[in-house]
Amino acid sequence: MNSIVFAFSCPRPRPHDAPRRVTRPRLLQLLFAALLALAGFSPPAAGQESPYIVTYDHYLEEPGSLEVEYFSTFGTQRGGNDFHAFWAEFEYGATAWWTTELYFDGQTTFNDSTIFTGFRWENRFRLLQREHFINPVLYIEYEQTSGADKILKEVEGHDVEADYADPNAIARQEHDHEIETKLLLSKTFNGWNIAENTIATKNVTGGNPWEFGYAIGASRPLALKASAHRCSFCPENFIAGIEMYGGLGDRYSFGLHETSHYLAPVVAWNLPSDWTLRLSPGFGLNDNSHRFLLRWGVSREFSGFGSAISRLFGGRQ
Amino acid sequence: MTKTRPKPQLFFAFTTAVLLAACVGTVAAQRDHSEHEKYKYKNDALVYAELAKAPKKAVARRNPLESDPDAILAGGKLFDQHCTECHGELADGTKKGPSLRADPVYQATPGALFWLLTNGVVRRGMPVWSKLPEPQRWQLVSYIKSLTPPKPEAAVEQAPQH
Repeated sequence: MNSIVFAFSCPRPRPHDAPRRVTRPRLLQLLFAALLALAGFSPPAAGQESPYIVTYDHYLEEPGSLEVEYFSTFGTQRGGNDFHAFWAEFEYGATAWWTTELYFDGQTTFNDSTIFTGFRWENRFRLLQREHFINPVLYIEYEQTSGADKILKEVEGHDVEADYADPNAIARQEHDHEIETKLLLSKTFNGWNIAENTIATKNVTGGNPWEFGYAIGASRPLALKASAHRCSFCPENFIAGIEMYGGLGDRYSFGLHETSHYLAPVVAWNLPSDWTLRLSPGFGLNDNSHRFLLRWGVSREFSGFGSAISRLFGGRQ
Repeated sequence: MTKTRPKPQLFFAFTTAVLLAACVGTVAAQRDHSEHEKYKYKNDALVYAELAKAPKKAVARRNPLESDPDAILAGGKLFDQHCTECHGELADGTKKGPSLRADPVYQATPGALFWLLTNGVVRRGMPVWSKLPEPQRWQLVSYIKSLTPPKPEAAVEQAPQH
């Protein structure tokens, strides 16, 4: 019997005399629809999107642009059921030095259920005005997720594969409120981008210590010069690279041991029709890691989103 | 597994800190308003002024693609993809970005334009474009240098009508 529960589409029936209230999944659905509708009023914009899925480089969203993204992660799970985790991302360039981003996470554990697992609000601030040998960006995120969250957007502390083996009914009872900070360092030269992220996370529920993690990546377009004509399969539309990420323990037990590490080739295809497709097969590097993670994503950037919102409220163009 | 209560105060503290940081940055970006009357939008003069800040070494750089017959065409394609939102389809400027058919741009060397593209003018809303590979930035410079001045509005108004 298929026991999958669709938390988004099947809200629990309410008694006739109960007061009508908007549930959180319903609110999120409405928010999601509103953002997509507003994005529809904005012209699409071709971007030169990075292929990384976990690592961040120092490039922020263009001011006034909204990037709508969807990502999936299929993961194998020893001692439990394989899973498909997914998230929607709304990335807005508030200014040329500040990008703000909202995530909604969910997951399906096979032979178990599909559940909404939380949200994240991320902000990235460019610290220096011009390009330097190394370009730092400060990343600050608040996240409110359940223990069933499996998007593996980063590895922190002593995260290991066994943490993800619990059935959803048990795992979702754990509620995490985390402040996550990252120092993003990145440099582009001769077409190559090299990026390094250092992660420090504090789960403010319970007496958890600061936990640490890392992500590093390198990528390069297949061609550096643009061709003179619009084309889908021109080599400059493809960016390939590799990223590696993992935990660094916590403040009491710092280091690469007793945590998980992954190595993942990445490729992005920036289509002239303004869509970007990403693909990344990831491989666990030790026994604490999932053996295999397959990630893919699709995104579209809408320029002038900020102006569309401004017009909606009577602002000047 | 432990079930813990939500902490709304943490979320509000986080929101306040982010908004405060944003306000400080915005106020800092709006402090300086010298000689903006000359141009259509007040930000334009401030962006043009950045061209003068290019280091001598950058100003002296020559465009390695200046003899490439496809550079202007490819630069035009890149301009359509990345620049029209702020600078307009005709590169004559919008509220978000200055005209590229203006004297400061004509007078700038290719090296100075390349330097500005690479570094952006982050406080004035222009992002850094170093994510475009160097040859693509030179292709953009080729296109920008190929732009001709717009027709003077007065001449259009005074044109004889038949």
